[in-house]
Amino acid sequence: MRRNIRPLPRGVALVGAGMSKFGAFPEKSSRDLFVEAYLSMIASIDKDIDPAEIEILYLGNFSSDLFERQGHTAPIMMDAVGLSPRPAVRVEDACASSGVALRQGVMAVASGMYDLVLVGGVEKMTNLPTSEVTDTLATAGDSLYEIPAGFTFPGFYAAMATAYMHKYGMVPEDLMKVAIKNHENGALNPLAQFGVTIPDWMQGRIKSAIKKGKPAPTWTSVDDFLHDEAANPTIAWPLRLFDCSPITDGAAALLLVPADRALEYTDSPIYITGTGQASLPALHDRDDLSSIEAARLAAEEAYAMAGITASDIRIAEVHDCFTIAEVIATEDLGFFERGLGYRMAVEGATARDGTKPVNTSGGLKAKGHPVGASGAAQAVEIWKQMRCQAGPRQVQGDIPLALTHNVGATGSTCVVHVYERRS
Amino acid sequence: LNELEDIMDESQTLPFTAFAFNQLLAQKKLMVSRCRDCGSLYLPPRAVCPACRSCNLEWSPASGKGRLAAFTSIAIGPSFMNEQGFSRDNPYISGVVELEEGLKISARITGVDAKNPASIQIGLPLEVEFLEVGDKTYLAFRPME
Repeated sequence: MRRNIRPLPRGVALVGAGMSKFGAFPEKSSRDLFVEAYLSMIASIDKDIDPAEIEILYLGNFSSDLFERQGHTAPIMMDAVGLSPRPAVRVEDACASSGVALRQGVMAVASGMYDLVLVGGVEKMTNLPTSEVTDTLATAGDSLYEIPAGFTFPGFYAAMATAYMHKYGMVPEDLMKVAIKNHENGALNPLAQFGVTIPDWMQGRIKSAIKKGKPAPTWTSVDDFLHDEAANPTIAWPLRLFDCSPITDGAAALLLVPADRALEYTDSPIYITGTGQASLPALHDRDDLSSIEAARLAAEEAYAMAGITASDIRIAEVHDCFTIAEVIATEDLGFFERGLGYRMAVEGATARDGTKPVNTSGGLKAKGHPVGASGAAQAVEIWKQMRCQAGPRQVQGDIPLALTHNVGATGSTCVVHVYERRS
Repeated sequence: LNELEDIMDESQTLPFTAFAFNQLLAQKKLMVSRCRDCGSLYLPPRAVCPACRSCNLEWSPASGKGRLAAFTSIAIGPSFMNEQGFSRDNPYISGVVELEEGLKISARITGVDAKNPASIQIGLPLEVEFLEVGDKTYLAFRPME
């Protein structure tokens, strides 16, 4: 079934990457967020650029239709950044929308069809009340056979967590370590929705209670706090609030050019040398519920295209829509053996100073998860880290190879990219 | 046996659609589609066999017996479940059930303690239940008696 995987027919370079602030912004629409990301991307380009050179936009967006009652989003974004009448394409693969938009952009440059390709992602989620956000996200599942069973997105990942726990002996407390680590990273990211560590969050709650004259919570540790059903309520057992990524408004933008033109725009381009994508049926139609086969296949394709293996990857941004998703991702990508992902997280291997730093941006968990923008925003972090521009969260040492892993729904879409820095 | 033959005869005129599957559920029948060429079984039903790409399929009754493969107790549900009275204080169980035939399907799980999900064991033997809510019939499974 697998086609013969070849290197890209023409090299592709990332020469600019930017994102909006992630959070809840009642005063901003999708187009405001996208303009913010676009201008941040233009500002990141080291040398001169004439934006009129940009030829096409591939825009990841999951559901502006339901979130904002606005369909046909791509031409609106293209116009908002002053680039009409150039073609603009919306890509929808649920939460993998902008990871897949990036793949379309890579193919557009690699094919020789276009030279300057704008890739973006945007989602404006906070207009709706939480119950309607839950319903909107549920449209990424199978509306005929999964949703009638009562499943929500936290519910799907919670079910995967029970399968994983049963198979490998993980306990829900192990997942809390993933949340604590990603909030530590998010606290160092000024664009993150939650720029605060969980211990600081807990202290803030205590101070706020005292200030309001309420009895001060008696948490004596972060463990205490995370086990308190009032502070960290169960959403879908075994997942609690702090196991879930938030509801977020945000956008991201990237500029791709042919590798042989990269130095016109920067002396420090990042080359995208591998791209892989796969799809899967509904969760119940899979042999193994404790892993995501499409992620393994997408990674296999991206590694083969780049001519590398999992162990060559220095850092990765993975799709931690839920804490369990990060654990499973680190196994699907081949970083750790099956059943060891949670132990490696607990032991600190995925921390910034670990052997395989994962989600230095704070991940979807702390940075925020504007679903259609998350894949492109992952590339923004890799851009910063590989160019030593990540500030206080900068991973120490050289980063010659990095990876992004973006998942739609329960893994019905997975897309993986490999990034290379050449000295 | 005659009854089974009746069910099979009747269902053979139905297309392999969700509409037909739900019609059968409303008649308290859990039916799968079976490839006449390679024998593969499908739940949800399919019109095209992914194993051999044949379009020569038929409806076939499922045992309705299986085991719990994965589950969750949902405290924050979708609107249609909230409307049925479920809430943070009254959670419900959704799961993936593996039937004796080796097929897996998403379903509600009843007859277990949704407020104490840690007490629920993966591998729990289950049998099919047809959950009637208003004018709809939902696929559910309960612990085997």
